[in-house]
Amino acid sequence: MKRFLIWFALMSAFGLAVLYSGRVWAQEPTPSDDEVNAVAKGLYCPVCENIPLDVCPTQACAQWRDLIREKLAAGWNDQQIKDYFVTQYGDRVLAEPPRRGLNWIVYILPPLITLGGAALVILVLRKMRRTVPAAPVSMPQPTPGVENTPIDEYMQRFEEELRKRKN
Amino acid sequence: MIPTFGYSVLVITFVLAIYGAGAAAAGALLRWPVWVKSARSAMLLTFPLISLSALSIIYLLVTNHYDVQFVYNVTSNSMPYYLKVTALWGGQAGSLVFWCWLMSAFASAVTLRKWDRDSEFLPWVIVVALVTLAFFLGLVIFVENPFVRFWQTPGGQQIVAMFQPAGAIPIAPPDGRGLNPLLRHPGMIIHPPMLYLGFVSFVIPYSFAIAALVTGRTDDRWIRLTRRWTLVAWLFLSLGLILGSRWAYDVLGWGGYWGWDPVEIAAFMPWLTGTAFLHSVMIQEKRGLFKRWNIVLIILTYDLVIFGTFLTRSGVLSSVHAFAQSAIGPLFFGFIALTFGVSLGLLLYRWNILRAEGQMHSLLSRESLFLFNNLLFMGILAVCFWGVIFPLVSELFSGQKVTVGPPFYERSTGPLFAGLLFLMGVAPLAAWRHSTAKTLGKAIWKPFSASLLLVVALFILGIRGVALLGFWLAAWVTFVTLYEYGRGVMARHRRSGESLPVALWNLAARNRRRYGGYIIHLGIVLMALGVIGIEIFQTETQGTIRQGQSLTLGKYAVTYKSLAEFDTPDGRNVARAVVDVSRDGRYLGELHPRRDYYYESQQPMTIPGVRSTMEEDIYVLLVDWQPISSQGATFKVYHNPLINWLWLGGFVFILGTLVAAWPDKDPEEEKMRVSQPVVVPGRV
Repeated sequence: MKRFLIWFALMSAFGLAVLYSGRVWAQEPTPSDDEVNAVAKGLYCPVCENIPLDVCPTQACAQWRDLIREKLAAGWNDQQIKDYFVTQYGDRVLAEPPRRGLNWIVYILPPLITLGGAALVILVLRKMRRTVPAAPVSMPQPTPGVENTPIDEYMQRFEEELRKRKN
Repeated sequence: MIPTFGYSVLVITFVLAIYGAGAAAAGALLRWPVWVKSARSAMLLTFPLISLSALSIIYLLVTNHYDVQFVYNVTSNSMPYYLKVTALWGGQAGSLVFWCWLMSAFASAVTLRKWDRDSEFLPWVIVVALVTLAFFLGLVIFVENPFVRFWQTPGGQQIVAMFQPAGAIPIAPPDGRGLNPLLRHPGMIIHPPMLYLGFVSFVIPYSFAIAALVTGRTDDRWIRLTRRWTLVAWLFLSLGLILGSRWAYDVLGWGGYWGWDPVEIAAFMPWLTGTAFLHSVMIQEKRGLFKRWNIVLIILTYDLVIFGTFLTRSGVLSSVHAFAQSAIGPLFFGFIALTFGVSLGLLLYRWNILRAEGQMHSLLSRESLFLFNNLLFMGILAVCFWGVIFPLVSELFSGQKVTVGPPFYERSTGPLFAGLLFLMGVAPLAAWRHSTAKTLGKAIWKPFSASLLLVVALFILGIRGVALLGFWLAAWVTFVTLYEYGRGVMARHRRSGESLPVALWNLAARNRRRYGGYIIHLGIVLMALGVIGIEIFQTETQGTIRQGQSLTLGKYAVTYKSLAEFDTPDGRNVARAVVDVSRDGRYLGELHPRRDYYYESQQPMTIPGVRSTMEEDIYVLLVDWQPISSQGATFKVYHNPLINWLWLGGFVFILGTLVAAWPDKDPEEEKMRVSQPVVVPGRV
């Protein structure tokens, strides 16, 4: 009898498990991998350089992802987990430098340089337009009153041919 | 014996390079043509010599000479032959020799051309080429020597040295460490050579610019001479970047193609200045403007090329690519500072004679728009440069290490790239010299209206925001470019009666640079489509599933069918999963994501199974967060819309560059063939 009861209990437990697992597509540990990845995406591997935490293949990163999973399960949100990592490992775990102190340089300098460049370009353009316009290239014109020598004629035709070829 | 031979040859070449540079300079300054000839011979001799050295390294690699440290580091018994050859650039020392090999090849090719009208440039081109070559040879000889060997001293110590220490005996380990598994992919085999070809060939236009400065030649001769070199250099650099991103997508396992890694950026920066230079020189050729700016651009490109090689090789900014730290850093930094200083000094010395020949007429002229194009490229350069440098600056000044990652770059460069796309749609229709808003508007309104119609259609389909802007820009540029082609073809057709396909062919053939350039722009538009698709619309999911179970991502389901695990003869353990992909319940196909584990280097690699169509990629990775078995495995599924337009665009881009760079028949020859015989009156 005892044996039967134990067997029955085990089978029921097994049966219930099968029933429930048949309901979902995939085995989802809570929180799911996708939720862990969503947080890990915004963090960088504290050890290996320049590799985001969601794709880093090392053991250390695997442990950190498990840590994220724990924290998510405990009800922490995205920002709290990020702050936790920053306190533990420093600013380098964030995908970009936090906006404080010296770090403002990297945010301000490039737009400043571009705007400065734009100002320079406009100044240069203005300056180049204000300079005295270059004298137009003179074509040999037959001067009135002076006989048009054959050389002048040939020179004119020569200049014309030259212009035609240039275009 | 072979290591000593290979090393000695390099030392000889080093001395030869220094001699050649000195002789060329002396010959030019003191007007002794004999010295210049001697320098030329020295230049030509460097290529066969370095070839001997490079071939020695390859021989050592292929014959498993593990007593040589470099061979030990990059090869192993189980590697196939072709990989052993390509291992030449699989490590720091070998790739520096490879760089020298390419540099001497290109410099020799330049030296062998006809110099009749430009013989005053020759000595200075040789000086620059040989000084650069000597620097890299010096690095190899004194710092990163691929020929050093393992020895055991009488005291039992294991050391590494070039020449045999007293009483020591050589040690030859039975097997090598093997090439980094990440490098054993076809893309990775040609990506470094392509990049190096690009880097090395940009030295040539730079050397001509320096020659022009030194000899005081203020015209655009140096630009015309190096026009094709610049295009070829740009072609190789672009190809190297595209191949690198394809490799990253195929193999690095994060479903992306560009990670804003410092080393990627290091190769991207000379590309930025190079592209700005390509556009800007057209203005100097057409209007005689921006002479000083063009010199600044090519100086920047050269030093960014050296800087790029420095970033990849010195390990000063650790990244996915970096190899071990070495003493190379300060030497590179010194060389860059020196060349930058000297080049700028020369420019300032010649500042006054580099006056503009013409003037700017209007803000909307093509010259002006090219200037804005340059501005945007410089802006992107500023973002990249600061992003790469800042972690060092931060560490230096505040002790805090920070990461400057993709969000920073994407946000900062996004608007600038959008601006460039916009300009690509305006500049082709802007006139040289005089252009007002009215004339420009008249030229533009047809393709512009067409692009707006498309935008409305996309809006109705539900596209919003940045994606809508991106698609509009793509449509805008496409319509303008096709409009330009259409106008050109119709003009030819009407004038000469050629059929439309013939007219198209002749149009491009007669003006390769312009119409090749338009094809390149179309290529960029296609690439932009791919970028928009994957950056804005990518979705992903991850989960651990048992055999028979599925992961869903939107309309797609990925079902785990089976797993095979086996060892391969080249030293890795492969776990190969079979998954089925279906959409809306309909079966699409089978994919085989793999996890390769390399025993020697103890490194895993994930190779995705990908189903590619022009519409999207379904990209499935076998992730080993959990142990992989047939009971359960973790899969990550990415849905990457439009990504294949990126690769197609890359292909069109390269095609366009080939069209632009294709040699024209010599224009003088052509005219002689078609002209009528001249009849001189009075003579028979």
